[in-house]
Amino acid sequence: MEDLIIIGGGPAGLTAGLYAARSRLKTLLLEKLSPGGQVLLTDRVENYPGFPEGISGFELVERMKRQAESFGLTIQNQDVNQIRLSPSIKEVTTDKGRLETRSLILTTGATPRKLSIDGEERLTGKGVSYCATCDGPFYRDQEVAVIGGGDTAIEEAIFLTKFASKVYLVHRRNELRATRLLQERAFSQKKIEFVWDTIPNRIVGEAGVEEIELKHVKSGELTRLRVNGVFVFVGYDPNSELLKGQLELDGQGFVVTNNDLETSVPGVFAAGDIRSKLLRQISTAVGEGATAAFAAERYLENVT
Amino acid sequence: MADLLHVSDATFEEEIIKADMPAMVDFWAEWCGPCKMVGPAVESLAKEYEGKVKIAKMDVDENRETPAKFGIRSIPTLILFKEGKVAHTIIGAVPKGDIEQELKKLL
Repeated sequence: MEDLIIIGGGPAGLTAGLYAARSRLKTLLLEKLSPGGQVLLTDRVENYPGFPEGISGFELVERMKRQAESFGLTIQNQDVNQIRLSPSIKEVTTDKGRLETRSLILTTGATPRKLSIDGEERLTGKGVSYCATCDGPFYRDQEVAVIGGGDTAIEEAIFLTKFASKVYLVHRRNELRATRLLQERAFSQKKIEFVWDTIPNRIVGEAGVEEIELKHVKSGELTRLRVNGVFVFVGYDPNSELLKGQLELDGQGFVVTNNDLETSVPGVFAAGDIRSKLLRQISTAVGEGATAAFAAERYLENVT
Repeated sequence: MADLLHVSDATFEEEIIKADMPAMVDFWAEWCGPCKMVGPAVESLAKEYEGKVKIAKMDVDENRETPAKFGIRSIPTLILFKEGKVAHTIIGAVPKGDIEQELKKLL
């Protein structure tokens, strides 16, 4: 039986692991892909404190991982397919078997939200993408559309101008949600053309994306844009499917916690994007990871 | 990334299409985060299936022809080959177990 299992190896999980290792808790961090989480999708991180020149997403999480491992954190490449929670014992089942632990920290993060429109799924990987740093270079000198109006949509649209000849930024309102600085940068980019008050209706193409059909939210008018790629950045869905019915989730599926990051089940904590919270960033994930590890340690001291 | 076979536009035909066993090619690039997520799984599978499946990597920055030929517009993309033909394609970063499931079908 472990003292603590951490599910998810992004910044929140890695920080929780770092603190848990230093507290000498018998800890196991389970990560199904490779440590880093969503940070691995980003080209450059400019707003994580301590890096005035910015740092690549990959390098930042590489450092976090090395640091945690240097204090003895064990990270295992396992895919959790079932979680059973009770106040006394928490059971975690992976493809390698069943594990039991006295406390659990959920840091499973979030996944990019889909548009759920016609053609989206069929053409994913064939022009429909959720990662500009991955797929941008395939669109050299081509025209693409970016759907969204928040930080990610703007950052990715700007990144895409390195390759694409034109980037249509399609947003359902007439003003952006993104940070002011990012908005300024976007507006000064000649390759970005803004399409306001518009939502994507359908993605069209045979072997790959050929056009995107758009709908004006006020007039209802339908128009078409010839693009080779459609990049979707319309928010994130929590990775909480395994938790349904076992602890309190908010209306969108994010895990509800109190100030001490306790969930509705004693001994179970949550940190990072999976939580119901105001701001989802690397900086908040890290703070919560540390707090959750501390709270777990305190919990373990009180139950034994 | 040291031990894995790297194939290029020039060597693809010989190494993969004309291989004497099933093959899997991991299309990746330096700037691609999710490719790094899937990297360790691919390397580990290469060791485990050595002699049974030929597992190789292709850098899409250095080699434009082959990815274009297979209509690749997204990475990471893993293409599994049997007898020189495409048997299965996996687009995006997936857990090792998912890749292994497809590899087993080749044998």
